[in-house]
Amino acid sequence: MTDTNASFPARVTAGFDRFGGVLWLPVLLAIVALLLIGQPSTWATLTIAGLAMGMMIFLMASGLSLIFGLMDVLNFGHSAFVTAGAFIGATVLAWLGFWVTGSNPALNVMGLLIAITVATVFGALAGWFFERVVIRPVYQDHLRQILITVGALIVAEELVLLVWGGAPIPVPRPAALTGSFVLGGVSVEIYRIFAFLLGLAVYIAMYLVLNRTRLGLLIRAGVENREMVEALGFRIDRLFILVFMAGSALAAMGGAMWAGYQGLITAAIGSEMMILVFIVVIIGGLGSIQGSLLGAILVGLMANYVAFLMPKMALASNMLLMMTILLWRPYGLLPAVKR
Amino acid sequence: MAPVLRLEDVHTDIGQYQILHGVSLDVPEGGVHVILGRNGAGKTTTLRTIMGLWKARRGAILFRGENISRLPTPDIAQRGIAFVPENMGIFGGLTVEENMRLATKDGRFDAERLARIHDIFPAIGQFWNKPAHALSGGQKQMLAVSRAIVERRELILIDEPTKGLAPSIIRNMIAAFREIAEETTILLVEQNFHFAKALGQTVAVIDDGGIVHRGAMAELATDVTLQSRFLSLSLEAH
Amino acid sequence: MLQASASGTSARKAGRTRGHQGGRFVVYALVGLIGLALALAPFLFPDVRSQEVAARICVFIVLVASYDLLIGYTGIVSFAHTMFFGMGAYGTAIALKSMGPGFEAILIGGGAGIIAALVLALLIGLLSLRVKAIFFAMVTLAAASVMMVLASQLSDFTGGEDGITYSIPRLFSPAFELLTDAEGKALRLFGVPLNGKIALYYFVFITALVLFLALLRIVASPLGSVLQAIRENEMRAEAIGYRVVFYRTAIFCIAAGVAACAGILRAVWLKYTGPEVVLSFDIMIDILLMVVIGGMGTMLGAVIGVVLMTLAQYYLKDLMAVGAEATASLPIVPDLLNPERWLLWLGLCFILLVYFFPAGIAGTMMGKGGHK
Repeated sequence: MTDTNASFPARVTAGFDRFGGVLWLPVLLAIVALLLIGQPSTWATLTIAGLAMGMMIFLMASGLSLIFGLMDVLNFGHSAFVTAGAFIGATVLAWLGFWVTGSNPALNVMGLLIAITVATVFGALAGWFFERVVIRPVYQDHLRQILITVGALIVAEELVLLVWGGAPIPVPRPAALTGSFVLGGVSVEIYRIFAFLLGLAVYIAMYLVLNRTRLGLLIRAGVENREMVEALGFRIDRLFILVFMAGSALAAMGGAMWAGYQGLITAAIGSEMMILVFIVVIIGGLGSIQGSLLGAILVGLMANYVAFLMPKMALASNMLLMMTILLWRPYGLLPAVKR
Repeated sequence: MAPVLRLEDVHTDIGQYQILHGVSLDVPEGGVHVILGRNGAGKTTTLRTIMGLWKARRGAILFRGENISRLPTPDIAQRGIAFVPENMGIFGGLTVEENMRLATKDGRFDAERLARIHDIFPAIGQFWNKPAHALSGGQKQMLAVSRAIVERRELILIDEPTKGLAPSIIRNMIAAFREIAEETTILLVEQNFHFAKALGQTVAVIDDGGIVHRGAMAELATDVTLQSRFLSLSLEAH
Repeated sequence: MLQASASGTSARKAGRTRGHQGGRFVVYALVGLIGLALALAPFLFPDVRSQEVAARICVFIVLVASYDLLIGYTGIVSFAHTMFFGMGAYGTAIALKSMGPGFEAILIGGGAGIIAALVLALLIGLLSLRVKAIFFAMVTLAAASVMMVLASQLSDFTGGEDGITYSIPRLFSPAFELLTDAEGKALRLFGVPLNGKIALYYFVFITALVLFLALLRIVASPLGSVLQAIRENEMRAEAIGYRVVFYRTAIFCIAAGVAACAGILRAVWLKYTGPEVVLSFDIMIDILLMVVIGGMGTMLGAVIGVVLMTLAQYYLKDLMAVGAEATASLPIVPDLLNPERWLLWLGLCFILLVYFFPAGIAGTMMGKGGHK
């Protein structure tokens, strides 16, 4: 990357990268926001909300990014897993009834964890089915892949409507995770902390799998050069189905978390989030987990700050963010493949 | 002796372009064997077809008597065929060690082999824990070859290893390939006749998707008429 | 990238060309018949609903054909086509609302919409057509969504979710009489009064026809063969010296401009413009389904796809309602036949079609298109 005869801008970029480079962007964004907002307590609340939202988006985006990185498969049906996760999570929470609404915090948290687990397992199984039936026949054919996954998205959304109907569904939120506490004059919603910690745990787990295991080594290599991994004797399609299942499971987990955060869900929940997820994947760099995390946090912060400063511009601001970053780095901030 | 690899009338298409039409070739056991040809003659396509990365439309590829032309690439690799592609196929985001480890059967290195590789290519040991994208072109080529020999292979396919390398590194490569060829068979694709001449035992000249000459390297190396007939095509004449 | 996607097509291609003379004739005949039916629609199907269907078909043929130029001829997958459609429509609508119902409003507003679409297409194209097809699809999807949000939020300008209602030139109103008979009433031809509504329909029909013929001309021109070369093999085209990004951006702009024109027609016909009728993602899905069902890369397929889908949209739902009622006593079945679920069946058909007949109806019959 840093050739000795690199041009001047390349060397500046290299120096910039050495000091953490793009990783400071969220910090920069937060500082600018603090200056614009003015009140530290409001800023802190927004920052926490942004981080929590970012982590939930990360859950949804990381799988999509890895799936794309490994197989060049962009699953436009990914949002169906988010929607399914949200509805299954909400249904399980409703079933558990007293567990969730009762006053025993241990049961509360347990209830939420069960709901998230069920959603995640469903996501993995649905991912397996989806990969086998929908995607496998059209590997390597981008056009048909986009068409088929869009078709599958339509069908999946209709199925959700068939099962749960079109009316918005309330999501019971566990009593122990409802409400907020005040810390140094800043009111902090408990659910946001929970969401942030869960996202962080998933990120750490993914990081360890990718960097400490042979499976992770294979995935990282496959993202860079699928053909060479096959030429070394590994069945990349078997690897891919695992990654696909994991990615779908994470999307469903993110959906379940988001459902709990929203409190009221409709069948459009997945497609609404998908725009942000796509923006995250694009600005983060396809195929990169770190990139997804960075992108998700940037998008989460941006959405919350702008929603406070200029409510009408919230989504457009993230679009502008994407455009700016694409102009600066056409392959995203932290692309997986070293060029 | 039966050849390690035999190509019988192999046809390969890429899109609507017919790249190979009827390549037949024997690769004898042991030593270095060379396919020479100019750019676009079908050299790379031949190697990629053997490796299963492009599928032959017609013909057979016999590896130790078994037709592998319909097998998926990983199965071909598992039969003991290693491939060093033209772009070297280095995983730049992985360290040198990870690149090497990936090429082992079960993630464990054979200490003896590793020591020998470090001996042949000192740079590999020197940059062991560095990310591979930081290597120079020559070092990347060394890594690509090392990766191919980290396990004992039956056959190693190498696509233009001298491309873009400095003469001193090419001399190193010649020595390295001689050593490697003591335990395995190498099928080399080249444009650089002098490099090929120094290593090859047999040679096949490919042009326009077909083999136009086959024989011992010694014969071609001494016969100037043959050389001008087949190699004046556009091989560098130095 | 190149290797795997391209391999194996040539063998199939060879077998395709022969034996499709008959199919080709059927497609031409079908398209001719549709054209004739549309040309005579006000007299053949004089009721209000059929008029609505016919006008919608005209507009969508242009919209879908321009999308075919992208997806079928250039291999670009864009989700921003409704965005350009909407820009034409909103430009016209806003001008008609603020300047009053005149032709100059249509001209200025529509022109502004077209120019805005071209500029935006140029920006998006230059920014992201360099990268992979999939990447581009995502960027356009994001852009289109933002545009949708903008349209519903800038309500002072666009009327928000409610959209804009406005009047159109008097020439196009049903009260305007093109020809009068002795009693001063609108002259009737085959029992149909020759009023402004007819004028409006023919305005839509003829403009759509001209645009469609222009698109046909483009794909038959040298530009069309360049596109073909790019689609078949991007790297080779680059090597031959075609500036791939330049051509793709040019095509993206042309398609955007034509889509904006279709938007103008839609706005004038409906006398109403809102996010639901010109911008929503459902319309994008419709366009996608129409072009794939009809046959990508054939242009004529657009005609067939639009007619089929539009008829299905208007009439299949009725049929499903009947079916749901008839099976009301059974479990699940009536839910599945609920007209609201018609997209479920369409989606399934679509998936099967992409698997088994990627060339679509026209492509399969004519033995072309539906590359890869």
